[in-house]
Amino acid sequence: MNAPVTVYVPADAGALSLGADRVASAIVAGASARGQNVNLVRNGSRGLYWLEPLVEVVTPAGRVAYGPVNAGDVTALLEAGLLEGAPHALRRGDIESLDWLKSQQRLTGARLGIVNPADIDDYIAHGGYIGLSTALTLAPAAIVKMITDSGLRGRGGAAFPTGIKWQTVLDQPVAQKYIACNADEGDSGTFSDRMLMEGDPFALIEGMTIAARAVGANRGYIYLRVEYPHAARALAKALSAARARGYLGENIRESGFSFDISIRLGAGAYICGEETSMLESLEGRRGEVRVRPPLPAIKGLFGQPTVVNNVVTLATVPVVLAKGAQFYQDFGVGRSRGTIPLQLAGNVKRGGLVERAFGLTVNQLVYDYGGGSASGRPVRAVQIGGPLGAYLPESQFDTPLEYEALSARSALLGHGGVVVFDDSVDMAKMARYALEFCAVESCGKCTPCRIGSTRGVELVDRIVAGANGSRAADLALLDELCDTMFNGSLCGLGGMTPFPVRSALKHFRNDFMK
Amino acid sequence: MSEPDDKVRRVVAGAVQRHAGENGPLLEILHAVQNELGCVPGEAIAPLADALNLSRAEVHGVVSFYHHFRAAAPGRYVVQLCRAEACQSMNAQATETRARELLGVDMGSTTADGRVTLEAVYCLGNCACAPSIMVNGELHGRVTPERFAELAAEWGQRS
Repeated sequence: MNAPVTVYVPADAGALSLGADRVASAIVAGASARGQNVNLVRNGSRGLYWLEPLVEVVTPAGRVAYGPVNAGDVTALLEAGLLEGAPHALRRGDIESLDWLKSQQRLTGARLGIVNPADIDDYIAHGGYIGLSTALTLAPAAIVKMITDSGLRGRGGAAFPTGIKWQTVLDQPVAQKYIACNADEGDSGTFSDRMLMEGDPFALIEGMTIAARAVGANRGYIYLRVEYPHAARALAKALSAARARGYLGENIRESGFSFDISIRLGAGAYICGEETSMLESLEGRRGEVRVRPPLPAIKGLFGQPTVVNNVVTLATVPVVLAKGAQFYQDFGVGRSRGTIPLQLAGNVKRGGLVERAFGLTVNQLVYDYGGGSASGRPVRAVQIGGPLGAYLPESQFDTPLEYEALSARSALLGHGGVVVFDDSVDMAKMARYALEFCAVESCGKCTPCRIGSTRGVELVDRIVAGANGSRAADLALLDELCDTMFNGSLCGLGGMTPFPVRSALKHFRNDFMK
Repeated sequence: MSEPDDKVRRVVAGAVQRHAGENGPLLEILHAVQNELGCVPGEAIAPLADALNLSRAEVHGVVSFYHHFRAAAPGRYVVQLCRAEACQSMNAQATETRARELLGVDMGSTTADGRVTLEAVYCLGNCACAPSIMVNGELHGRVTPERFAELAAEWGQRS
């Protein structure tokens, strides 16, 4: 047999959902029948989901991509010379020369789809663990200062400055502290945490290790949603590899510093993405929110000071340490510094992961990257930031995707998910759904969320039915109810459900008046 | 609550023992029990409470809080249909309607032959390939009603 040809077929859940395993087997079997050895690498996804499964072949001229490849295409592809990178209708050439990818600024997701997520040497060869090496030479306060100076804010949704949170934990004079990674990515339209855990899990592990070093923690937990079995497997493999190579566990890299990470699985409760509910769940209880104060940074997991950050935030930490606070700070606009992995999804032609400096407009994302709706019908609305995010009408698609600009339009960026809807959407239904979702997922601890959501569903039903001529009164009542939920709820679930409801009422009022 | 049979007792004891050294291990233990038994039966509550020095009400409260834990074993195929916004925008409703028709059950129910359990789920993180479903942990993207019918045929369901 000839020297093996390296072929990349993603094992990312999205690619798998479109048949990547069958494609991989077909390539290996077909190549072997032709007397050709294949070195199959299961990478993560580069995030061009309309091209998944995306197959890449390593040739002397570089990686050559083909996609979307179905198992049924493989025979013809091999016939055409897939393993030499030969022409074919599905050939995309060097994927990084595609505008869609070339125009991106990938810092957090720099290695996505490129490296083998199970191979720590591949991670190191692509710049991994430079950040930790730097951190091990610095005093904890200096690491925290770098994170503060970088301007990094929590990418999970709340956008709280990461450095300030870490400083609070660092300042607590106790021996036992924790790093708790929130990997309960429950917002519809978001999947960047999943992609990172599956495609570059060492970045998260390195980020948590740096965080631990910075605040003086020796134990970390990844609270992973049970809906992500592929991520659980990828993380477990990476954790073992990191331990085996001395990047986790006792005396990391002979530095005298010890830290280890466990995975804890959630059990299908959206509310556990809220940080205090997550802590309750990690402690083995019902995921009911805690009243704050005290902040988790002071009294968190098992009553100890705890850094709670989400996956993207922690996976961004290594690049800040490796390239410096100023480098990171130089991306972005206003108080939204660095890059944001935007997740483009729903009814869109070219959905996927777009990582750019803050400030891209909705128009640019939906049309330049997304190519408009998948159905070919006009785009009518986008929802930004998950089920608790506002709906924007097309007239507001000039809004830049950054925290303050969205906030000025009573919207929020959340975890950066953007879901596209065409003109067949019924916005009264979507508003009703938001309230229904809140009712299903409410932890029940506070009344505005628990009762308000149920009453809200009834009100929307009454408004749409237009019964008893009470529409005007019911609209006023719904507005008041939103007010109570917004101001009176204990956490973001009840507090933010008014965003989708009010934005639907404001921009798409006719849908309620049929 | 009925008396736990030997198997339930054994599984609970094994799970408790495996996670004995951990802080706040109840969820971990419940996962282990459900992985082995397919559910967390009501009769597991008392031995769990005893082993962890919790009240039965506390254990029941935790089991019933989380959507993932179930009191009765599901069908051989657990089919989770995503109902969240990204999937809705790609007409997941049509697939759900087809699924109910084809299987003759509502969401949250198991077919009479005990083969398929149909469940709602709110986001599988596959939103760029919507609509999505998960079958026994295996994810499927861009699931149209037609594609759903093909999959159902693989589970031995004929329309």
